Amino acid sequence: MRDNWKKMLAAIAFTVLFILTACGGGSESSSSGESNENGSDSAGKTIEFMHLWPEGSSKQHFEIVNGIIDEYEQNNPDVKVEVEILGNEQYKEKLKVLSTSNELPDVGMAWPAGFLEPYVSGNMFAPLDDLLEGPLKDKFVAGTAEAYQIDGSTYSLPLELNITPIYYNKRIFDENGVEVPETYEELKAAIQTLADNGVTPVALGNKDRWTGSMWYMYLADRIGGPEVLNKAINRTGSFEDPALIQAAEEIQELVDMNAFINGFNGLGNDEAKGYFINEQAAMYLMATWDLPEWTTNEDNPQEFRDSVEYMKFPTVEGGAGDINSYVGGPGVGLFVAENSDVKEEAKDFVAFFVEKWGEKSVTDAGVIPATKVDTEGIELPQMYIDILNDLNEASNLTLYADVQMSPSVAEVHLDMIQALFGKAVTPEEFVQEQEAALAEEEE
Amino acid sequence: MNKVMSNKLVIALYVLPALILIVTLIYGPILLTGYYGLMEWNGIGPMSFVGLDNYIELVQDSKFWESAGHSFLLAFFSTLSLAGYLIISLILGGKIKGSNLLRKIYLIPMLLSSVAIAQLWIKIYDPNNGMLNSLLMALGVDNPPAWLADPNYVLYAIFVAILWQYAGFYIIIYYAALKGIPETLIEAARIDGANPVQIAYKIKVPLIAGVIKVTIVLAIVGSLKYFDLIYVMTGGGPNGASEVIASYMYQEAFGSYNFGYGSAVAFFLLLITLVITWLTRKLTASGDEVQY
Repeated sequence: MRDNWKKMLAAIAFTVLFILTACGGGSESSSSGESNENGSDSAGKTIEFMHLWPEGSSKQHFEIVNGIIDEYEQNNPDVKVEVEILGNEQYKEKLKVLSTSNELPDVGMAWPAGFLEPYVSGNMFAPLDDLLEGPLKDKFVAGTAEAYQIDGSTYSLPLELNITPIYYNKRIFDENGVEVPETYEELKAAIQTLADNGVTPVALGNKDRWTGSMWYMYLADRIGGPEVLNKAINRTGSFEDPALIQAAEEIQELVDMNAFINGFNGLGNDEAKGYFINEQAAMYLMATWDLPEWTTNEDNPQEFRDSVEYMKFPTVEGGAGDINSYVGGPGVGLFVAENSDVKEEAKDFVAFFVEKWGEKSVTDAGVIPATKVDTEGIELPQMYIDILNDLNEASNLTLYADVQMSPSVAEVHLDMIQALFGKAVTPEEFVQEQEAALAEEEE
Repeated sequence: MNKVMSNKLVIALYVLPALILIVTLIYGPILLTGYYGLMEWNGIGPMSFVGLDNYIELVQDSKFWESAGHSFLLAFFSTLSLAGYLIISLILGGKIKGSNLLRKIYLIPMLLSSVAIAQLWIKIYDPNNGMLNSLLMALGVDNPPAWLADPNYVLYAIFVAILWQYAGFYIIIYYAALKGIPETLIEAARIDGANPVQIAYKIKVPLIAGVIKVTIVLAIVGSLKYFDLIYVMTGGGPNGASEVIASYMYQEAFGSYNFGYGSAVAFFLLLITLVITWLTRKLTASGDEVQY
């Protein structure tokens, strides 16, 4: 009998162990500043700050953040910043859970548009308009802070920014006698020449669909101006706008010209990028997060990196768009919790953070900040400098359509993009389907 | 040991850990899925009860039926291909030269993860640099199709990869079953003057009929809920040309955040699979097991 009990005990212990290990989750918690014990000092105030750049996976980001916090604590000796760090997915999960129990950190990170919506409608985030009017006035690139705006108030301040130029291979252009196009007509002529010479003009991985969406968004912008697509999405306009139909027609004309790589609807973005890196395609429209590939990434041959240059998406003759308008989008932004007991300090910290981040992120981590960067005297690959200078002159930034839309409408948009490129729908059907999806959601 | 096993309490205790796991990880979620299927829910916010609305929508959803059609087509081809695997196993079992090595070669795809297999076939099917199209061009085909981008071919291109992936699995099952046939029976048949084809057809196949039935069920059920290669290779595209039920469910739940509707699709898939499994068992049920 004693033996039986031992076995039962072992079984119980094993079960309990199993359940415990299954439930255990990890989070990294640390406090910066040397005097954590005094964090609860009655005179001092503590800002809880949650971010998603662990030392392991985002070392450069992590160090910049710590540097900024140290500096802030030195400037404000009575304020302590307590940091909690989680990886991307866990971060999103935890934020969701904390918000349901109303225990959000004082300062944390959020994404634009769709992500922000439930938090703002639940009154979780504080509006940061006073910062935009005050210390951070005119610091941001046009269109970046606006992406975090809901009903006229801004609920987060962006840190990162990406725009999407067309990268081209100068060597392939030269070999085929193609000049860098400045208008859309010239771009089409260049595509024609390249296609006639048997060179793939554009690498496009449209299996992922958002890649094709960027081509469409640019054409819509250049033909109808920056507002037409935004208005269709926010329902002050219609997707059946002639400019949006015309842009769709242009896409199919490009497809007919064999502008895009053979089999683009079956290629993922990484495969398409591979073609561009292998110098098998002359152009590639992609966000600036790929800049390291063309500048500092040692895995790509020097020869290739030297031949990559970029251009702004050309203007369409007679179109309302402006060459300094970009498709792109900010990444994460900082929010302040509405029910924070140190709201003023938290806001002050956010303003400080955004400014310092803008000074350091691009040089230390290669991340383009959402704030304008003075390129005078900073050391960076020339392509970065040029892009940063272009950003300072940006007239508009149109947030990626699929980010602007709600998830279910975005799916319709993306599916329609693939169908449009694959010529499975006409331009009219393309706009009608999306108009129907947007209208249905509005109800 | 017998004494221990006669104690009901101990039996319950030993069964408990597995029971807890299977209930919390399998049956619980199935019931929850059924419950979510009755809701309108985006996965985060509040749910609202809509009764059978999701199922009514589902029955009228042409996209769903299209993807269901693809799933059934896959089930049909997988079942058909079982005959091929059976023939291969019969040959492998026939003590031909190198059958040991061949058996291992057939098994290799089973050892690779689905994502690796998908990447492999993506490279093979690459429209411009891919192995297949390079071969076709070398053979003089002018414009070989862009396999994964062409709605007319994409489904079959993926089927080939899926059949390849599972070939080793079924061959091993058949091979093992065939090994279990007593040598004496075959010996006796041979003395009676049966040729190898007759031996295979009249003796070996009937003897492993039970195994064949199981593999038919496995192939059909596996095909109906198939997801991995399709998700990685095309994501159901282009334009839904390679969408199957499971990828459509994923798209709805995690792409469009229609968790309620996605759950309904999942639950419906479960029902279809149950019915089909039952049907298959009915149809393949023969009177007595063959014995010699």
